Amino acid sequence: MNRHMIPLVIFAALLLLFWIGLGLNPKIIPSPLIGKEAPKFELPELHDPQKIVNNEMLKGQVTLFNVFASWCVSCRAEHHHLLKLQRQGFHLVGLNYKDEKRDALLYLRQLGGDPYAMVAFDHKGDAGIEWGVYGTPETFVVDKKGIVRYKHTGPLYREVIENELIPLIRELEQES
Amino acid sequence: MKAVIGMFMAMSLLLSSSVYALKAGTPLEFKNAEEEALYNDMLHELRCTVCQNQSIAGSNASLADDLRANLYKMVGEGANEQEIKKFMVDRYGDFVLYRPSFNASTYLLWIGPFLLLVLGVIVLRSNVRSRNKVNRKDELTSEESEMLDKYLDSKKEKK
Repeated sequence: MNRHMIPLVIFAALLLLFWIGLGLNPKIIPSPLIGKEAPKFELPELHDPQKIVNNEMLKGQVTLFNVFASWCVSCRAEHHHLLKLQRQGFHLVGLNYKDEKRDALLYLRQLGGDPYAMVAFDHKGDAGIEWGVYGTPETFVVDKKGIVRYKHTGPLYREVIENELIPLIRELEQES
Repeated sequence: MKAVIGMFMAMSLLLSSSVYALKAGTPLEFKNAEEEALYNDMLHELRCTVCQNQSIAGSNASLADDLRANLYKMVGEGANEQEIKKFMVDRYGDFVLYRPSFNASTYLLWIGPFLLLVLGVIVLRSNVRSRNKVNRKDELTSEESEMLDKYLDSKKEKK
């Protein structure tokens, strides 16, 4: 190769690097929780404050742990996907993050129903900190042993659900 | 003169009010100066993961509020800098630290600039060397120097 081509090649490589860099979303931070046990929490259930929801309840089956709030606009966008996942028989547990009980119940009613087997009511956001929540909605996949295996930050959409979420859950369901 | 004094007063009022605005809310109380210093240091070391280019000291996001409250609690309970950093990194990852620790996922970030420097020095050296070789080619061949000698001699003779 001609020596004079080298700067041009370096320039082209940089251009490619920057182009890829521009396409990445800086809001997506890899979660340090993946591969670790689900963080401990114990909170009242949203519908029935007499009951409690804690991290032990995530064990035993593959669980979609979804962080949502009524004030979170993009949560509304993914809600119908969550309802569909519930209809398909997946086990969903909600974390209602820094919300008012009334608002949260109204939100679930208005958006066509409650897709969650149970909802932990995290009024103060303490469990949110334990889970490293920084941008609702966030969705975790927790395996049968209670280990966090996957995290998606931001609203779920069809490609993510069909190409990542469901295949992973099917795979984890095979594990003992 | 009065106008100048008036302006000064107005300015100092403005300045002081902005200071108050920054410290709005109930002032925090600390057991000792070390705890206060640790709290203030950590405020600037920790990144608000919602508004990513602000520390939790400067951010108005509600998550930053919660993290500040958490930090205050930890400092009050006697946690040291390592413990606080570990708490945050365990939950939010290395990204939460403005100066992330050196590990498998951050090593390129830390040594990358030095690698580039070394690479630059190597390229520079090889460039200078090859240029020297080109220069050496500029030396006259024996034929050429003979011709030059003849030419110079002929000039001398004319004198």
